[in-house]
Amino acid sequence: MTRRVPRGTLLAATLALLATTALAQQQQEAPAQAPAPAATPAPAPAPAPAAAALPPGSPLIGRPDNNPAAAKLAPVPAPPLATAENKLPLDKLKAPKGFNIEVYASGMPNARSMALDEKGTVFVGSRLQDKVYAITNKDGKRQVHVLVSGLYRPNGVAYKNGTLYIAELSQISKIDNVEDQIDKSPKPVVIYKDLPKDEAHGWKFLAIGPDNKLYFEVGQPGNNVLHDDNHGQMRRMNLDGTGAEKIAFGIRNTVGFDWNPKTHELYFTDNGRDWLSEDLPNDELNRITKLGQDFGEPYCHQGNIPDIEFGWGHDCKDYVPPIALMGPHAAALGMRFYTGSMFPSEYRDQIFVARHGSWNKSKKFGGDIALVKLNKDGSVKSVEPFITGFLQPDNNYVGRPVDVMNMPDGSMLISDDWNGAIWRLTYGPNKKVAGR
Amino acid sequence: MRSFAAAFALGCFVALPASAQQLVKERLPTCLACHGENGQSQLEGVPSLGAQQAFYVTVQLLMFREKMRVADPMNDMAKDLTDTDLQGFAEIISQLPAPKPAAGPVDDARMARAQVLVQQNRCNFCHLPNFAGQQNVPRIGAQREDYLVKALRGYKDNSRHGYDASMADVIAPITDEQILDLAYYIARVK
Repeated sequence: MTRRVPRGTLLAATLALLATTALAQQQQEAPAQAPAPAATPAPAPAPAPAAAALPPGSPLIGRPDNNPAAAKLAPVPAPPLATAENKLPLDKLKAPKGFNIEVYASGMPNARSMALDEKGTVFVGSRLQDKVYAITNKDGKRQVHVLVSGLYRPNGVAYKNGTLYIAELSQISKIDNVEDQIDKSPKPVVIYKDLPKDEAHGWKFLAIGPDNKLYFEVGQPGNNVLHDDNHGQMRRMNLDGTGAEKIAFGIRNTVGFDWNPKTHELYFTDNGRDWLSEDLPNDELNRITKLGQDFGEPYCHQGNIPDIEFGWGHDCKDYVPPIALMGPHAAALGMRFYTGSMFPSEYRDQIFVARHGSWNKSKKFGGDIALVKLNKDGSVKSVEPFITGFLQPDNNYVGRPVDVMNMPDGSMLISDDWNGAIWRLTYGPNKKVAGR
Repeated sequence: MRSFAAAFALGCFVALPASAQQLVKERLPTCLACHGENGQSQLEGVPSLGAQQAFYVTVQLLMFREKMRVADPMNDMAKDLTDTDLQGFAEIISQLPAPKPAAGPVDDARMARAQVLVQQNRCNFCHLPNFAGQQNVPRIGAQREDYLVKALRGYKDNSRHGYDASMADVIAPITDEQILDLAYYIARVK
């Protein structure tokens, strides 16, 4: 921690962290007191308690027992194999008038976050596979390469000045001169390892800010848990892995962020907890205006809902509220400001957000690219669905968007981990028009 | 001699290209030599595969092929399989009969103790009350006890990575003693 944050904020953050740590310690002690397996043999199968306490941090906390609707809900498993190109659901995706969607590349199972280099090579991370892919683009001919295999949940990728940075579950590494090594199975060099190893929300989004630093999050280690001061936060560090500092707190799990091209403020999505209710809480779009801000998780959701378990003794007013609500359980993930000039001018510097789509909701929500329009001061004017059809009217997914990325020609790429494909969104005359 | 069940499963097996069908037909006896005829393994440490969820089998074979899950000899067995082959094996394995619960006397007290653990950890939420599993969640009912212990310990010490994080999430607070009870129960429950 080299950089100082404003003192008042720091104090508040410290107090919050102290409280968190104290509670986390209590929580860690709890299992010792939890009922041990019965020491004496039980005479007969006892009726199992219907509401036996779940262990702290269980992903199932909050799920109602004996509720048939809730019993049907579980994370929707993505197909482990990429969809064949001729079976991609291009005709099911819907774009506003004048916009076109085409397939940019396919055959990359679980394609997630994207990064771009100067030659137009697109790097694609994955969460459930062990690979980072590279899509080269030579004379209009695109080719998918496996750049690196054997990584562990390499969800995050970022690129700067010849170097690709990769965020795995618990380490961040780099490949220098990556463009020269695309078919040479380069070995990433680890630059940062001071990270927890939790599976829950351990996968990372990675981006490089206007200050030339790497930004990444350390998610909350469970659906809804009190945690130590190394979770639930955003960090940044120098490109060589030095100078790491914690810059924002109270974040449950952000899997997408970008900087406002005008104000250079960092905007990020955050995914709300499961099992609070069908319609609450909403996912958040947040904006960091000061270092050290606390966005409220797990005490306060969406700026105005105290958590039913952890909210006691906390006041939502003490935390920074979101600048927009992104929908219930919507899984708002990757987001970028549109900086190109292909789309009409009204879209410039507005935010496109990939909403992966809900699982913890009977009638699913999201499964689209949302357009977030901003006011001049950077606050949010509106949130509306922009590209739809990933979630079909029959409540089933045919695709799930994860990340969006500007291309030099002003088009926008959309990654889809359901199909293992990248879509390309363009504006203007195009022979491959998406269904309407 | 190929069992009736395996022959029946092969007969049902029509959705794949002929090349993949041929490969699966040729190799299936090798699979069943260890994993057991009729879906029931007789070998220590080797899981029963009968009526396993096709989605789950596809994922596991993919993980073996890509070495995301390391287990001899499966990485070798899977290394040359195409995506279509994976699906072919998954489909045919899912049609083998489900394994039968472990025979012999049952320790009722231990079963009761484990039943409480099953309830407490909500195993049946994903694996379903009859432990048949669904999609990416495996059938575990009547699985070999030693294999269940191995799998749960692998998730616990992170030597076995799940395709997603679900098991790592739920296994964290479960002790080794509880793992033994859970495996005892799941292998025997009817």
